[in-house]
Amino acid sequence: MHEMGIAQQLVNIALDAIPDDIESPRVEKMNLRIGKLAAVVEHSLTFCLEVITKDTPLEGAEVVIEDVPVSLRCESCNHEWQTDAPAFGCPACKDGQVKMISGREIEISSIELADD
Amino acid sequence: MEINIQKRVLAKNESDADRNRSFFKEKQVFMLNMMSSPGSGKTETLCRSLEMLMPDVRVGVIVGDVCTTNDADRLSVTGAKVTQINTDQFGGDCHLAAHLIESSAKSLGCDDLDLLIVENIGNLVCPAEFDIGEDARAVVLSVTEGEDKPLKYPLMFQVADAAILNKIDLLPYLDFDAALAVENMGKVHPGMPVFELSAKTQEGMEPWIAWLRNKVKEKLG
Repeated sequence: MHEMGIAQQLVNIALDAIPDDIESPRVEKMNLRIGKLAAVVEHSLTFCLEVITKDTPLEGAEVVIEDVPVSLRCESCNHEWQTDAPAFGCPACKDGQVKMISGREIEISSIELADD
Repeated sequence: MEINIQKRVLAKNESDADRNRSFFKEKQVFMLNMMSSPGSGKTETLCRSLEMLMPDVRVGVIVGDVCTTNDADRLSVTGAKVTQINTDQFGGDCHLAAHLIESSAKSLGCDDLDLLIVENIGNLVCPAEFDIGEDARAVVLSVTEGEDKPLKYPLMFQVADAAILNKIDLLPYLDFDAALAVENMGKVHPGMPVFELSAKTQEGMEPWIAWLRNKVKEKLG
């Protein structure tokens, strides 16, 4: 439900990253990393991006989203694992002191500018 | 030409949240972020909690809703300092962001507080994503919801430090399996304390209040 705010932040970061000395820049691709546990709906985010990038160098850019899996580490036995299920207890020692290593990312990795 | 960026989108909110944390540290205030779906009984739980905590713990509340000051009006009756944030002026946001807490906490005034409770907007998705500079997070689930809510909204229950299972006075009239709900919370967040209570009848309130008092004491000494 907050995808528009996230889209706005993404656009701000992407526009800031375009070097000033490029004349009429056009971004072909935005590369994002979104964790599987992040509260972001991908099609909602891409829709918001499509709407707010109109008349900017990002208009029409392809949005490529890398899904980042949920990775966890047990603080008790150091076991590391990935999961698709909402069950985050350590499968090795059953302990509860678990740290999430990845899966909550909402990041922009790079943008790709057209050569023309 | 590829331009490497590697930036977190919520970095600005995170730095705002860190600034809030420094502010609350300086003011010696413990900040609790309370979250739940709409209708779980957050406001009623808070009203009863405030009655049990005050006056020996000085409490202020920031209430978030899209519209109305209804919850703030209910909470003001307890005598606590209360301020309302309505997000309709920010586009009807579904969560409270850190910068909104900063301005509200400053206008509320924190010099005479030990505990600031933020009653977040009723929503199990978005508030989980936004750090507001809290010291602890509590999530409220009520027995009129599904036992599988923790599995459907894992991030919320994963980031919480404690959970309340509210409205247990209704259990005799429902098919709700309280043990299964607690088990599901344990799957998503092993070891998280879960307080089964009824804000209405006040059954089971004591352990929750003791947990909160202890958290405040740990920070303020």
